[in-house]
Amino acid sequence: MIDPHLEVRGLHHWFGGLHVIDDVSFQCRAGIVKAIIGPNGAGKTTLFNLIAGALAPASGRILFDGRRIEGIPPHRVAARGISRTFQATRLFTGMSVLENVMVGRHPRMRGGFLAGMLGPAVTAGSERRARGYCMEILEDLGLAALAPKEAHSLPFGRQRVVEIARSLAADPRLLLLDEPACGLNPTETEEMAVLITRIRDRGVTVLIVEHDMSLVMGISDEVLALGAGRRIADGTPREVQSDPDVIAMYLGDDRA
Amino acid sequence: MRAILRRYLPALVLVILVVAVQITLSATRQEFYMTQLTMAAYYTMVALGLCLLMGYAGQVSLGHAGFFAIGGYSSALIAGLGAAAAVSIPAAVLVTAAAALLVGIPVLRLRGHYLAMATLAFGIIVLRVLQGTPFFGGADGLSNVGAYPLFAGLAISGRRALRVQNYYIAWSLVTIGLLLAINLVSSRVGRALRAINGNEDAASAMGVNVARYKLATFVLSAIYAGVGGACLVHFSAGIGPGEAAVMKSVRYVALVAAGGMGSLSGTLAVSAALTFLSLRGVFGLYDDAVFGGILLVIMLFAPHGLPGMLAGVRARRSARRSAS
Amino acid sequence: MEGGLILQYLLAGIATGSVYAAVALGFTIIYNATGIINFAQGEFLMLGGMIAISLARLMPLAPAILIAVVATGLVGVLLQLVFLSWLKNPAVLRLIIITIALSILLREAALHIWDEKVRALPFFSGDETSSLALFGARVSPQVLWVLGISAVMVAGLTVFFRSTMLGKAMRACASNPTAARLCGIRASTIVSLSFFLAAAIGALAGCAVSPLTQTQYDMGSSLAVKGFTCAVLGGLGSVPAAVAAGLVVGILETASVSILPLAYKDVVALGILLVILSVRPQGLFTLRRTGWARRA
Repeated sequence: MIDPHLEVRGLHHWFGGLHVIDDVSFQCRAGIVKAIIGPNGAGKTTLFNLIAGALAPASGRILFDGRRIEGIPPHRVAARGISRTFQATRLFTGMSVLENVMVGRHPRMRGGFLAGMLGPAVTAGSERRARGYCMEILEDLGLAALAPKEAHSLPFGRQRVVEIARSLAADPRLLLLDEPACGLNPTETEEMAVLITRIRDRGVTVLIVEHDMSLVMGISDEVLALGAGRRIADGTPREVQSDPDVIAMYLGDDRA
Repeated sequence: MRAILRRYLPALVLVILVVAVQITLSATRQEFYMTQLTMAAYYTMVALGLCLLMGYAGQVSLGHAGFFAIGGYSSALIAGLGAAAAVSIPAAVLVTAAAALLVGIPVLRLRGHYLAMATLAFGIIVLRVLQGTPFFGGADGLSNVGAYPLFAGLAISGRRALRVQNYYIAWSLVTIGLLLAINLVSSRVGRALRAINGNEDAASAMGVNVARYKLATFVLSAIYAGVGGACLVHFSAGIGPGEAAVMKSVRYVALVAAGGMGSLSGTLAVSAALTFLSLRGVFGLYDDAVFGGILLVIMLFAPHGLPGMLAGVRARRSARRSAS
Repeated sequence: MEGGLILQYLLAGIATGSVYAAVALGFTIIYNATGIINFAQGEFLMLGGMIAISLARLMPLAPAILIAVVATGLVGVLLQLVFLSWLKNPAVLRLIIITIALSILLREAALHIWDEKVRALPFFSGDETSSLALFGARVSPQVLWVLGISAVMVAGLTVFFRSTMLGKAMRACASNPTAARLCGIRASTIVSLSFFLAAAIGALAGCAVSPLTQTQYDMGSSLAVKGFTCAVLGGLGSVPAAVAAGLVVGILETASVSILPLAYKDVVALGILLVILSVRPQGLFTLRRTGWARRA
């Protein structure tokens, strides 16, 4: 019996009086793409923020590789091998594409203030290796030519790919993608789907929040449906697609 | 290889300028200018450290003069204790770093205005304590502080005969400070700091320990200030509580802002020039008004400092050229 | 300590505290309308006092104070219009530094227009030797003036914000600028008005306290920090909380003289600020979480 890669148990969270995550539990095996769907306000991004450490849950457990990670700060979550992107692209202003990606490599590099001040004598090797690794990622994603450009000067679609490159730089084992297709045209969405599949094929577990149903159904191995903070359904795309509760949630019905 | 040369170019230019100025002054029998130039160097250390804090970590400090004063007073008092003379400056730096840790840990969690006010309050507390305590010499401060022995017979001292020597000691210190800062900024830490400045939440998500880096940068910038103060007290053979005054802290901020917030060489150039002119009394009674005015004008019209303004002008000119 | 002495300390503390409360009020009014913390708030007290002192040589006290208050109010509006109104989405750091620079320039202008000498307005009634007997304490009538004027100001402001159209418009603007605009309230007018009010309040307080604590060109910055302390203690949003905080700080500071050397008096308020910012930056009276840069 293999430990599930990511496990969420009995998670609860409130914003003021609003019960935004209501007893959510699910598992995610290693090496699959699992999509989280649900209408706006269902708690999808909140769930991501709880997993990634940006929020500490009111109660419940989150386990990664069997170890508890709920409530630990984002930078330590990153060090454990979980990387993320954001719904609204958050590239670093005033830095180039390559520099952005190299920040992503931060947890896998060494060298603090003292080493930094002593300069190339101490850090040249580590910098060269990191730069090489990040350039490989950029080449793999077709962004190599854009490496020296200021990240914010890129067209929107390219910026989203840069953010994914950045999140891959730390060699994560779990990748959280928050609406990666948001704002992309059909061609770009298609490319994004291919990219996500390739990431999965390299052995990275991908958890993706997404509204684009064709993307979700096309590439996901499993789907989790959230509604009003609660888990509505969890299974293969086909199962979830035909689940009556899920259909009711999206179409609304007299029972509501 | 060429990239490395470009990175250290400001330090190279600095060394050349320092030597050139000294040769010129000695040749024209105007060595008395070196006293203010030496003092300007020690004040510039504060600006350099503050540039790292404000320009790279994006944190404001309106109380950095307090660290300069802590460094100076500590060194003077420790030297006065009769311990081995060489201990006083390193010990003073430790005291300053400890003070920065004590203040920084609670205060750096605050954002924007609150952080500004907290650091302002810290500076005023230092000022009042120094003014009101007989042990610190009260309003008159400390005097008769001895020279500080370095290696090979060199010493930080205000004696006229050692003027040229001290000029080089001071500016060597600035050069080392600049080199260390340049290295830091081009390193993994520097990238992380710029990331924090760019988008704090994203930096944290990418594995950067934001709180620790902010604190470390704060302490480092305080160390720069403390070193400046500790050295100056031996050069000037004394120090007064005025070194911790609010206006001093504001001046350092003005210098960093005018130098371009994130530009080490810009900050250094502006700081050296304006501090020297101020020490020479060029601004007369309008000294504070000049720095306040500079701060206002820069923040209103060129919030990225003079280099940013120049870059903007160049960009507009080339845009006009390509459009026509 | 016998009762009379305690009362004396209390009254002195309340008098000082009401000055701090006035500064805190100024911060609160501008912050509510614009989200800006105006570092130059302390200079308004200084300006009010200085202008009134100069005018008092030419005319009776009451009109001199009135003109000084209005003039300082106009200076406040002028600052806002000339230096702040046209900035587009300025970063917080930039605003902080701008208001600091403005406070320095105001201070330097005062230094050059007047000089560095310490001045004072004449006592509103009696002189520096008069004292009233009050429940076993002897207190200067000026202290009662300060308390009275502060009480009238606070009452006036409360009525203004609660009952007048303009006051309600300002509160609407603070709580929901978009909705306020949709109702036809012009944000720019509100902002200018808030600067006028904050400056005028400061000037009035500066005049009231001038006979007691004197007026000097550089009194602004420590007043600003102490006033900010009170504003933060009160949660930077509510008038009564700012006043209460002001009184608390004033009393603590005055009482501290019995324990600490006089030279450290300022340190009390500043120490309170550092403690409150470290522990509970949202102040003592609100439930909001604010002031932290990230989740606490």
